Amino acid sequence: MPKNKTQNQRRVISVVVMNESSVLARVTSLFAGRGYNIESLTVAPIPDSDMSHITIETKGNARVMEQITKQLHKLIPVYKVIEHEEMVEKEMVLAKFPIAENLSNIAALASAYNGGIVNVGKEMVVVQVADEPKRVRHFIEAAQRYNPCEIVRSGVVAMER
Amino acid sequence: MQMSGAQMVCEAIIAEGVKTVFGYPGGAIMHVYDEIYKQKSFEHILTRHEQAAVHAADGYARATGEVGVAMVTSGPGFTNAVTGLATAYMDSIPLVVISGQVPLSLIGTDGFQEIDAVGISRPCTKHNFLVRSIEELPRILKEAFYLARSGRPGPILVDIPKDITVETGTFKYPDRVHIPTYKPTYKGNNRQIEKAAEAIKKAKKPLLYVGGGVVLSDAYKEVRALAEKTQIPAVETLMARGVMGAKNPLLLGMVGMHGNYASNMAMSETDLIIALGARFDDRVTGKLSEFAKYADIIHVDIDPANIAKLVDVDYPIVGDVKRVLEKLLPMMDDVNPDRYRAWREILKRYDELHPQSYVDSDTEIKPQWVIERLGELVGEEAIITSDVGQHQMWAAQHYPFDRPRQWINSGGLGTMGFGFPAAIGAKRARPDKTVINITGDGSILMNVQELVTAAEYDTPVINVILNNRFLGMVRQWQTFFYEKRYSETDLSFQPDWKGLVEACGGIGYNVTTKAEFDEALKDAIEKNKVCFINVAVSRFENVLPMVPAGGALFNMMLPPKIENDKEER
Repeated sequence: MPKNKTQNQRRVISVVVMNESSVLARVTSLFAGRGYNIESLTVAPIPDSDMSHITIETKGNARVMEQITKQLHKLIPVYKVIEHEEMVEKEMVLAKFPIAENLSNIAALASAYNGGIVNVGKEMVVVQVADEPKRVRHFIEAAQRYNPCEIVRSGVVAMER
Repeated sequence: MQMSGAQMVCEAIIAEGVKTVFGYPGGAIMHVYDEIYKQKSFEHILTRHEQAAVHAADGYARATGEVGVAMVTSGPGFTNAVTGLATAYMDSIPLVVISGQVPLSLIGTDGFQEIDAVGISRPCTKHNFLVRSIEELPRILKEAFYLARSGRPGPILVDIPKDITVETGTFKYPDRVHIPTYKPTYKGNNRQIEKAAEAIKKAKKPLLYVGGGVVLSDAYKEVRALAEKTQIPAVETLMARGVMGAKNPLLLGMVGMHGNYASNMAMSETDLIIALGARFDDRVTGKLSEFAKYADIIHVDIDPANIAKLVDVDYPIVGDVKRVLEKLLPMMDDVNPDRYRAWREILKRYDELHPQSYVDSDTEIKPQWVIERLGELVGEEAIITSDVGQHQMWAAQHYPFDRPRQWINSGGLGTMGFGFPAAIGAKRARPDKTVINITGDGSILMNVQELVTAAEYDTPVINVILNNRFLGMVRQWQTFFYEKRYSETDLSFQPDWKGLVEACGGIGYNVTTKAEFDEALKDAIEKNKVCFINVAVSRFENVLPMVPAGGALFNMMLPPKIENDKEER
């Protein structure tokens, strides 16, 4: 536990759940009902199993974090709750730019953030980037100068180191 | 064996050994009711409102420790049941509530009497199920009963679409459940228990803080043994009344907003809280920053989420109170009870300074007198239920509860209208006991239709109405904190209580003197019919001591002292 119990911190919680109907609703309504924040949320089935992986990016002090973990664990279909400081985190983002922008600069920017151009149409070009959440934010800032018309973020996925 | 979904529901109820089901039929649950009609293994009690059905099942569960079962239809049948579910959820009562749902093909179409039952009940059930195929129905029913009674108990909703109750499938009731994600911890961690034992041996002013979890875990013998062996004093929460036994010299009383002086001072001055199945509710702790400032805390609870939720805990022990105490007790062999003698004497002086008291009167009936008199007349023998408000607190303060499961009330949610149907449920479960609902002129009207149920099924519940023609607890707050602006709390317009109860097939007594009360109670027990004993009590009596909401536990408003009061007159 961090020393400061009252300070709000960003945390990523990884939840392994039974892949059954309404399990996502149970998780999100727990957050809503108890007044916890959800900054981002990703869900996908775990290959070759009847489980799913939910990754939640949240904010709160140490006591709140402990309660979130315990309350999640209390939900019947929740198998495992992983809340660590040491997580490998990645996030993906898609950004759409007008084709008139400087494509080689855009491609260079994307490759600097572990990505590249994934689609080129008549009027638009789509770029994909996958990196740590902090670096994804930097990419989005840097991309502003090329007048992006749309940006879609995936939310964080994470794994214990 | 091939059978319909409706038959499966009945077979599961029979397999679980349930003797009484409370409910109310309707369109979506009709097939199940058709099967109930055909069977003879359990009785069905038709309440006159779905809320009362769930409260009755709840009272049944609280009186016995077994799972209570209620059955309702879809839509409004279910929504009426929600208050019952929430009441049971807040007090961790094992229930299985079965609700009808519109056929699978109609779900999501805003069909007649369709409502998203699992969505609505999610925050007020331990778990819930929407059955999606006949194949999974036997497993879900088995899991529902298992989840309700295991771990930290709670209500489970099983929502069954009508077409699944008609369809036939293979029924084999599972012997065991397999839920890989659900593994409650019963056995406390040995190392932690040893550390807690060391802390008790080092403490100078330890205090047992006994909660409702002790009742649920059936651990009252172990708790009494621990107190006996170590001579550590104890306070009880509202939900734990009866655990220590009223005559136990180590019991200080009830702790919290309406706790007695010695209990609240003990909690404020102790150096080691031994919390057993209690959850540090705001009505117990008062202002958190002032709560038990000098204390280390041992917290035994089966629900890890209860531990360190509100206060920091030094010795957390996740486990069933009974199992943990079985391990802790032998570790207490070398404790010298004299170690805590000075502490016990301080607390004794506190109790002598401000005992739990009230000023009796010769001209009018004091509500506290009624409770004490009930205690003298039926005492250990009766089961007492209550509604919510002043009468509930007076009952908790003044009734000599002697065993767990003798006191049944809605502590967590505070549901007015709970007491009467819960008493019906308790009486069905324990027909040998006198069952008395202590209620107020506000609360009783919230499920008064159940007079018909009680009369129909010859369930002689005695309702003692402490009638002050006020919504008393709210009135008390208005007196203290709203400069006596009695906004919407004056209940002077009253029904004819005797006429009301007699119109429904019961007996009514109007009581204005102490002698009349004794006579009425005697007659009510003899006549063995549902009744109202409508007792006119003094209008402006307050529940004291009182810790104002948000205040520190040691800052109590205290009752007037008896001798002082005489001088004032």
